[in-house]
Amino acid sequence: MKDAKVIELEEVAIRFSGDSGDGMQLTGTLFSDTSALFGNDISTFPDYPSEIRAPQGTVGGVSGFQVQFGKKKITTPGDLAHVLVAMNPAALKANAAFLNPAASIIFDVDSFNEKNFEKAQFKTNDPFTELKLDDYALIPVPITSMTKESLKDLELDNKSILRCKNMFALGLICWMFDRPLDYIEGFIQSKFGKKSPIVAEANLAVLHAGYNYGMNLQHMTPQYIVHPAPIEKGIYRNINGNNATAWGFIAAAEKAGLELFIGSYPITPATDILQALAERKDLGVKSFQAEDEIAGICTTIGAAFAGDLAVTSTSGPGFALKSEALGLSVMAELPIVVVNVQRGGPSTGLPTKTEQSDLLQTLYGRNGESPVVVLAASTPSDCFYFAFLSAKIALERMVPVVLLTDGFLGNGSEPWRVPSMSELPSITPRKAKNPETFLPYNRDPETFAREWAIPGMEGFEHRIGGLEKNNAGGVNQDPENHHKNSMIRAEKVEKVADMIPELEVSGEPEGDLLVIGWGGTYGHMISSVKAMQDAGKKVSLAHFNYIKPLPKNTAEVFSKFKKIVVCELNLGQFASYLRDKLPEFQYHQVNKMKGLPFSVHELVENFEKLLEA
Amino acid sequence: MTKFNYTAKDFKSAAEVRWCPGCGDYAIMNAVQKTMADMDIAHKDFAVISGIGCSSRFPYYMNTYGFHTIHGRAAAIASGVKSANPALTVWVMTGDGDSLAIGGNHFIHLVRRNINLNLVLFNNKIYGLTKGQYSPTSDRGKITKTSPFGTIEDSFVPGQLVLGSRGTFFARAVDSNVKHTQEVLADAAKHEGTSVVEVLQNCVIFNDGIHDFVSDPKFRAERQLLLKKGQPMIFGEQEDKGLILVNGKLTVAKIGENGITREDILVHDPTDDNLGLQVALINMALPEFPVAMGVIRSVEGPVYDQEMGKQIATVQAKRKVTCMDELLKSGNTWTVDGENCSEPVKFFDNKCFG
Repeated sequence: MKDAKVIELEEVAIRFSGDSGDGMQLTGTLFSDTSALFGNDISTFPDYPSEIRAPQGTVGGVSGFQVQFGKKKITTPGDLAHVLVAMNPAALKANAAFLNPAASIIFDVDSFNEKNFEKAQFKTNDPFTELKLDDYALIPVPITSMTKESLKDLELDNKSILRCKNMFALGLICWMFDRPLDYIEGFIQSKFGKKSPIVAEANLAVLHAGYNYGMNLQHMTPQYIVHPAPIEKGIYRNINGNNATAWGFIAAAEKAGLELFIGSYPITPATDILQALAERKDLGVKSFQAEDEIAGICTTIGAAFAGDLAVTSTSGPGFALKSEALGLSVMAELPIVVVNVQRGGPSTGLPTKTEQSDLLQTLYGRNGESPVVVLAASTPSDCFYFAFLSAKIALERMVPVVLLTDGFLGNGSEPWRVPSMSELPSITPRKAKNPETFLPYNRDPETFAREWAIPGMEGFEHRIGGLEKNNAGGVNQDPENHHKNSMIRAEKVEKVADMIPELEVSGEPEGDLLVIGWGGTYGHMISSVKAMQDAGKKVSLAHFNYIKPLPKNTAEVFSKFKKIVVCELNLGQFASYLRDKLPEFQYHQVNKMKGLPFSVHELVENFEKLLEA
Repeated sequence: MTKFNYTAKDFKSAAEVRWCPGCGDYAIMNAVQKTMADMDIAHKDFAVISGIGCSSRFPYYMNTYGFHTIHGRAAAIASGVKSANPALTVWVMTGDGDSLAIGGNHFIHLVRRNINLNLVLFNNKIYGLTKGQYSPTSDRGKITKTSPFGTIEDSFVPGQLVLGSRGTFFARAVDSNVKHTQEVLADAAKHEGTSVVEVLQNCVIFNDGIHDFVSDPKFRAERQLLLKKGQPMIFGEQEDKGLILVNGKLTVAKIGENGITREDILVHDPTDDNLGLQVALINMALPEFPVAMGVIRSVEGPVYDQEMGKQIATVQAKRKVTCMDELLKSGNTWTVDGENCSEPVKFFDNKCFG
């Protein structure tokens, strides 16, 4: 055991870990919010099992939440944790591989007993030796018994008492990192205060007990100082990717002067988008929980036909079910946005784990020539802007847009400087104006976007459908007409390149290695590329948010580097798309299929190998 | 006194109608167009939504807003249309394959939600557009191209499905009886909530005459019971037969026999929430019973699209957040204004965003 000391750090990653019923997600979230309010930059990573309550004490049932915070810009939740809170032996086992060599391990010594060693399938009664963690700073804390002790005067049943254990751990960690408790206290009061004052009292008592335990036993636990980060001025809030996505749509509807409709079906990890929008009846959001994924997109298409900004949210398996209807919106040329919060596949796959393996499904997974615009958000907070932009493109170009996020972005959170609405660009829906000349498939000669006439508009009555059509919307299956329309639909999507920015390079515009990433891996990509740059390497990053169409200058950017490597959480889908679009370049690949984000360490290692080769 | 003075003709589009000569769909379209004209609602406020199948070509022939969608999904798409804009008058044109097979899920959930639209179910007990395969309403044993030795499955009775889904309105009509179809459609149009009208429709090519035994006008009085609100359920050429309940079971009784008088015959009330009796009426089949025609059930219930609007209004009446700027700054926020802090950079600072 190490002696007490005060350690000043640039950045710290903490991993809270316990049974899926132990309240680790809440503990992690409260600590993250507290740190963000304290002025640190943060990045979070909830990592939980797909079972709601897997068998207690087993490794399969471990739920974790990692947060990294620091006095500088934080772009990832951290590869390895500096501090692990392990509520039981299974939590220790599940996380041993994710610890810094000098990490502190705070564990509930009360739960480290033979029965739990067995449940976690340890072979011996010494889990630390078995996991080769002897040299780590082991901090045994009697969390369960202290929790019981501090609640002995309250009339609470044993189950309710044990439910407060997480607050003890939280209090202790707050002391270690010198965090004020007022935010957490406020949360507990507002959550339980009215419904169940005794539960509020219990949680508060245990929170303080944990904090005081740290203070009283300074000789055992180190204390850390992490100063606030110097960031942009403004009003900040913590936001996760799913909430940011939902809010981006509300902002777009307000900007466009339209009502917002979401038709959707619950699916992990996208459900929060539907929930966040269902909550916003105050802003007039119409939320429709459909009977299935297909009805989710079909009600959305119906609402778009009727003149709303219409969106639907889903994840991989649901996106597969939506394919046919997405094709209808391509053919009918209705402005809808589909968000796919990607998760591990195929089939049910890894519902709670992150992956980028729906890219090819999104680009090509429909019958016929069925082009859609594809965007990808890259941080939890920029989901807001890309949701907004998806809506803008859909409404101004009368084209379906798919926004790709992923479980890592959707559930991960970071502090976000909130914009004012005046910072956001205008959105001008293509409402039809002249009934004399109107035909549903007359097009703007520049953009090929058609006009939008919605039921209720006098003089614009027309019919559209999924059959190939003429300009009037009538059925037309002439060979020349189908060929021409197929070209137009493809070209219309390509013309969106005119309204998106050029590809930016982080680092020098030329060099030895161009690292390419897309979507949710941005934090890890930029961290690893910066590390290479700091080491004097001629490495730059081009991170894509615009997948289809690609930014106009993509080939030009690529041509300035000796080597190109495409990094993605799949087996090479973006690389294969780039090979198709820009075959003149050679693409190396770094791929990972573990249901986890990249680690900065493994990326750097791969880049170094490529530079040496 | 009407506002628009529309006739059925005003609802016909310029598109050439391409159903087979003699198809029952022509008669149904005439009835629908006449009904719409009588509704005295502007063209612009109609949206006619269909799925896939012969009947689903319907929107192209209408001079209103129309959307010919994909197989089975008309109910879902129409649900989106009506929820987005409850001011529209929404009609769904669909068939037995479209709504009871591939679109079965959307159909029952539309009915359960009671969204205020009118659904016309063209039931010809066959797949016509794919040229003659059995459908979920084909009778057991039916020989078709995909059941060369006869089907080995029972059929849906559409009305049962509607009532089982807590439907508030169900009616039945025969394509060839345009006047009656029109009366039924007019009632459906007036109903607040999902109204399902099953029209027994003849497919002249692949299932010709499938409904003849029921629909033949010569035997209409004997084989059909034309239900009318407040009228005794009497049928027969001589108006000599009627329905009574015997030990809770619907039974045909001869008026004048066994002391049965007209006063003993059940009086039809579709507005009575009497599921048992209404299902019994739906189930009536020849030869034991006449087939029930007309509005079988028409009860009141909360209407989804109206409830959605009410809920939004209720929440908005007490709202603290009135616009996006307020939402962005609501809840847990903090201000960063330190000396070492930089000026904010707008996300959309690129000129291409306009």
